[in-house]
Amino acid sequence: MEGWDKGTKSVVGEIPLLSTRAGPRDGEAWRQRLKEEYRALIAYTSVNKSKDNDWFRISAANPEGTRWEGTCWYVHNLRRYEFPLQFDIPVAYPQVAPEIELPTLDGKTHKMYRGGKICLTVHFKPLWAKNCPRFGIAHALCLGLAPWLAAEVPILVDSGMVKHKDDEAAPADAAAAASGSAAAS
Amino acid sequence: MDEEQLRALLRDLDALKQRPDPAAIDRMRERVAGMVTPAAAARSKIKDMSSEVVDSNPYSRLMALQRMGIVDNYERIRDYSIAIVGIGGVGSVAAEMLTRCGIGRLLLYDYDTVELANMNRLFFRPDQVGMTKTDAAVQTLSGINPDVTLESYSLNITTVKGFETFLGSLKARSSDGRNTGVDLVLSCVDNYEARMVVNQACNELGQTWMESGVSEDAVSGHIQLLVPGETACFACAPPLVVASGVDERTLKREGVCAASLPTTMGVVAGLLVQNALKYLLKFGQVSPYLGYNALKDYFPTMEMKPNPQCSNPACVQRQKEYMQSKPARDAAAKAKMEAEASAADECPVHLDNDWNISVVDDSDTVTPSILSTGADSLPEGLVRELPTADSYQEPVAPVTSGAIDDDLEELQRQLDALNSS
Repeated sequence: MEGWDKGTKSVVGEIPLLSTRAGPRDGEAWRQRLKEEYRALIAYTSVNKSKDNDWFRISAANPEGTRWEGTCWYVHNLRRYEFPLQFDIPVAYPQVAPEIELPTLDGKTHKMYRGGKICLTVHFKPLWAKNCPRFGIAHALCLGLAPWLAAEVPILVDSGMVKHKDDEAAPADAAAAASGSAAAS
Repeated sequence: MDEEQLRALLRDLDALKQRPDPAAIDRMRERVAGMVTPAAAARSKIKDMSSEVVDSNPYSRLMALQRMGIVDNYERIRDYSIAIVGIGGVGSVAAEMLTRCGIGRLLLYDYDTVELANMNRLFFRPDQVGMTKTDAAVQTLSGINPDVTLESYSLNITTVKGFETFLGSLKARSSDGRNTGVDLVLSCVDNYEARMVVNQACNELGQTWMESGVSEDAVSGHIQLLVPGETACFACAPPLVVASGVDERTLKREGVCAASLPTTMGVVAGLLVQNALKYLLKFGQVSPYLGYNALKDYFPTMEMKPNPQCSNPACVQRQKEYMQSKPARDAAAKAKMEAEASAADECPVHLDNDWNISVVDDSDTVTPSILSTGADSLPEGLVRELPTADSYQEPVAPVTSGAIDDDLEELQRQLDALNSS
């Protein structure tokens, strides 16, 4: 894990590793894997909260645990930018990593595949391959999505591709809204 | 249409208005019919492939392969079904090649729609923008050759639901002890996830398939033959890619918007379908792996045996079956050799054998082993796309002690509680 910052490294160390190599078509073994996924997510969320670095919400969107939905956010220049987050557990999981999607950013950055799938090829896929089957959803969020947001959100905001929700409401009132939010903060 | 003809027609119509003449109407009808025939050129279905050399026979040049001694029985191509997964720059061109070759049935899978950004590649047209790629392909292909049965599946095979439909469609029309109704699956997808899914399906079904790929920088590509149990599956070792042969640092791309060229994609589609035709019609040598480095025009080849420790259980099962069928395969090979030998009417080279010397077959050893795992032992010009998983002892049985006794619903509640706090 050369090239990763100390903070990320120490947090990854606190996420429990998984052990069951099972995908969504593996019946009872998948239930076992799902329990391990939950345990890792619970531990990771708790660590984030204790470090005042809470940055996502995620929960299974179906009883089989094959689809996950939630939100994630990133603070840039003291403003919080929030994005819906979703992904399916692929058939070949955990051999292949989940393809994390931020649908509201689809088409706004070229570091994304069709449908708002964030690009994980260079910074995350090799790491996932090396650590199969011990990495799970929590690791994908920590080592895949978090660095992507840190790299892309500032560029998206500064280039005007992504607007803060307070500035979006009505273009005519934009100045008023901006001054209002400044007063509030 | 000829302006002059139309004007003449108008004059005759005016004349007809003044003086009704049934014979003139018939003549005019004939002239109009003559004008419309060339436009309605879509041909009707052809029952048998003919080798007759006439301009109107779409199969004459293909049937000539028989006359030239390349293929024994070309018409057999009509009995074959091929599934193409991914109808993009490679898959669509492969589909057109197979359609023009008169393949029996094509199953097409893709979840995408046609976009203007696809127009730097072959096959799709700007007027098809917005159609699903599979429907647009069926539209074009059925016009080129109505003899081919086309099936369009617009779905994402990597989701659990899409995968079940994918498996079901491959299994449909299976007969005489075969698991599937297709003779070959061609993977023309652009990502590792989808390749692993095709690998999973083909390992489960024991279905031979061919994989193809073009690099994101558009200057290299490869094709690979995968026979479950007999050759390395896609999960046996990290995937191979063709090294670009230039300084890697100059290629580090900024974004992920992949580059593509109609040339590289066309070359890879051609290599893929050529290999498929050789495999199905049994001519020439079928390549187990063929790389293409466009910058240096270099074509590395190699062979890969399956990994007995493959992480895919279906692959390990197919390997076991392949080993068990070795005696039957040997007997068949021996019978074939003997048939050929007796045809040549050979007599033993040595009538006496005092030393009991015999020839021992040393190929096809009992324990398969991966030919190479490290990048250092790969042929020149090939590298691994992803690292190998660190060695990790998996628990024999699921761990039941310790934290695992939590029940799933309880864990869900705990996460929900954290989420709402």
